[in-house]
Amino acid sequence: MAKTSDSPRAHARFKSPADRIFDTLNIVFMICLMVVTLYPFLNTLAVSFNNATDSVKGGIYLWPRDFTWENYKYVFNEATIFQATFISVLRTVIGTITSVFCCAMVAYTISRPEYVLRKFVSIAFILTMYFSGGLIPNFLLIRELGMLGTFSVYIIPGLIGVFNVIVIRSFIEGLPEGILESARIDGAGEFTTFMRIVLPLCVPVLATVSLFTAVSQWNSWFDVFLYNSSYTELSTLQYELMKILQNSNSSMNSGNDYASQFASSESGANQVTPTSIRATMTIVASVPIILVYPFLQKYFVQGMTLGGVKG
Amino acid sequence: MDKANPIGPAETKALREMPAESKGFFNKQRKNDTGLNTRPPSGEKSFFQKLLQQKALVFMSIPFLLWLFIFKYLPLWGWTIAFQDFKPAKKIFDQEWVGLKHFTFLFQDEHFLRVMRNTLAMSFINLVLGFVTAIVLAILLNELRNLMFKRVVQTISYLPHFISWVVAASIISTALSSDGGIINELLLWLGLIKEPILWLGEGEYFWGILGVSEVWKNVGWNTIIYLAAMTMIDPSQYEAAEIDGAGRFQRIWNITLPGLKPVFIILLIMNIGNLLESGFEPQYLLGNGMNVDYSENLDIFVLKYGIQMGNFSLSIAAGMFKTVVSFILLFTANHIAKRLGEERLF
Repeated sequence: MAKTSDSPRAHARFKSPADRIFDTLNIVFMICLMVVTLYPFLNTLAVSFNNATDSVKGGIYLWPRDFTWENYKYVFNEATIFQATFISVLRTVIGTITSVFCCAMVAYTISRPEYVLRKFVSIAFILTMYFSGGLIPNFLLIRELGMLGTFSVYIIPGLIGVFNVIVIRSFIEGLPEGILESARIDGAGEFTTFMRIVLPLCVPVLATVSLFTAVSQWNSWFDVFLYNSSYTELSTLQYELMKILQNSNSSMNSGNDYASQFASSESGANQVTPTSIRATMTIVASVPIILVYPFLQKYFVQGMTLGGVKG
Repeated sequence: MDKANPIGPAETKALREMPAESKGFFNKQRKNDTGLNTRPPSGEKSFFQKLLQQKALVFMSIPFLLWLFIFKYLPLWGWTIAFQDFKPAKKIFDQEWVGLKHFTFLFQDEHFLRVMRNTLAMSFINLVLGFVTAIVLAILLNELRNLMFKRVVQTISYLPHFISWVVAASIISTALSSDGGIINELLLWLGLIKEPILWLGEGEYFWGILGVSEVWKNVGWNTIIYLAAMTMIDPSQYEAAEIDGAGRFQRIWNITLPGLKPVFIILLIMNIGNLLESGFEPQYLLGNGMNVDYSENLDIFVLKYGIQMGNFSLSIAAGMFKTVVSFILLFTANHIAKRLGEERLF
C-alpha cells in the first residue's frame, strides 16, 4: 500500500519551478488548515486556565495571562457536574462493551454460510438503515416500555449498529476458514467457537467499532434531552454543557442565564464567570476523546475503508 | 496469513461454497460412530431439520431479532398516528381517523414551507461544500511529499470529527462572538469591517456559518475514503503519463480524479438519499430566536411540534414525509446510476 502511493514520487528529482511553487503553497495551506483546526481548542484551553475575572477583559489567545486551577476546582466541586461525569463514563463503558459484543454476535451468525436464517437476518437488519419510525414513534415506544427516566435508554435502544455489524462481518468473512473448521471438528459448539476463536481473532476490527461506539456514547446528549431531561441524576456531561450553551445563546450577554446562576450559587461568586465555566466544561467534555483518538488512527481508517467498500 | 492457513484461498472459498451437508460430513460420521445420531444420512434435509441442527446459531440471533422488531419495526406502526387526530388521553383504538388532513395542512402551512426551504438549502450547501472541500483536500494531501508531515496534518484534521456538536457549537459561538470573538477581531484587524458583527444574530448568515462549520468539523474525516481510493490507482498510470510529458496538474486531472469516480458516485447516491436530512444538532445548538427563520429545519420542526407542543399527529406526518421522500430519492438515484452504467449502492 505504502509503496503504491510513493511511486509517483520516484520521479521527484525532475522538479520544475512550477512544481516547487505548488509544493510550497501546499505546505503553507496545510499549516493554515492545522492552525484553523487547532486554534479554537487552544484558545478554549487558555481561557479555562485563566483567572475568570481577568478573562472578561478579553485578549486571551493561546496562553493564559493569569494562570489558575480555580475553574477546574469549581467545576468538579459542583455536585451536578460530578454526577454527570460519572454517568457519562458509565454509559460509555457499559454501552460500548454491550454494543460491541452484541454486534459481533450478530455479525458472526450472519457470516456462517450454512446458517439457514442468514439471508433473513441480514436483510432484516440492513433494511433498517434506510428508514426509521422517527422521533415521536420512538419516544412513544420508550414511554410505553417504561424506560423514561432510566439508565437503560442510553444502552438498549442503540444496542446494535447495522454499520458496525457489516464491518465486523466483512472481517470475519476474511478470516481463514480452516481455523473455525478445526474448532468445530474438535467438538466446539457455535457459542464456544464465537467466544474462544472468533472474538480473539477479531480484536483489530473490534477496536475500530469500540472507538466509534465509545465516541458516540460519550458525545450524545439528545437521548438525555429527550428521555431524561427531568431526571438530573441521569444527566451527562454533554447535556450539562448543552444547557449552558443554550442559555448563553438565547439570552446573549444578559447576565441572567444558567451559567451565571451557576456562578453565583457559590459563595465566592466573582471567582468564576459563565465564559470560564463554559470553556472549562468544553475542555472536560472533549479531553478524553482528544487523548484517545490519535492512537487508534490506524484502526478507524481501516474500519472506514472496510465499511465504505463493503457496506 | 498463508502460513497459518495451509489451505489456499481458492480452496477456502470452495469449502465455503460447499453445501452445508457435505461440510458437516465428518462431524456426522463421528457422531454416528458414537451412536449419538441415528438419522440415516439422507440427501436433502428439510428447512426445519437444518434449523434444528443449527439451534445454537438460532439462539444466538433470536434475541437480536426480537430487539430489532421492537426498536426498529414496531415504531413504524406509530405512522398511523399521522392519519388520526391523536389525543393522548384516548385509547389507541378510540382515536379519530382524519385521512390526509395533516398532510394537506402541512403543504399549505407557510411555516412548514419555510422549514422545507431551510432544509433543502442547508442540505444543498452542505452537499456541494462537503464534496468539493473533501476531494480538494484529499488531492492536496496526496501531493504532499513528506509522509511524516502528511500524517501529522491528517491526525489533526480528524480531530473536530470526534468531538461532539455540543463542544463544536460552544467553540463556534465563542469564535463568532461579537464580544472579542476571533473572527470579528481578525476582520477588524484586517480593516474589512468597521464594527463587530453579531454573526449568529442575523438570519442571512446562518446557512453560510453552518456550511463552514460542517466543513471545519468533517473535511478531514471525509478525505479518508478518497485517500483509500487513491491508493487503488495503478501507479504505472502515473509513470506512463509522466513519460508522455504530462504535468502534475494534468496527472491529477486525468488520472487521480477519474480514479475517484466510483467512490464519488456511491457517496453521491447516499447523500441524495439524505437530502432531507440536513442535520439536527448544529442547527439546534447554533440556532436562536434571532436566526430561527433560517435555522429551523425539518427535524427541529418535528421536535417542536411533537415534544414541545404535543401535536403528535402533525409532527409524525412531517417525519413520515421525510422518511418516504428520502427512500424515494435513494432508489431513484440508485436507479439512475444503474441506467448510466455507473457504480451503485445496491
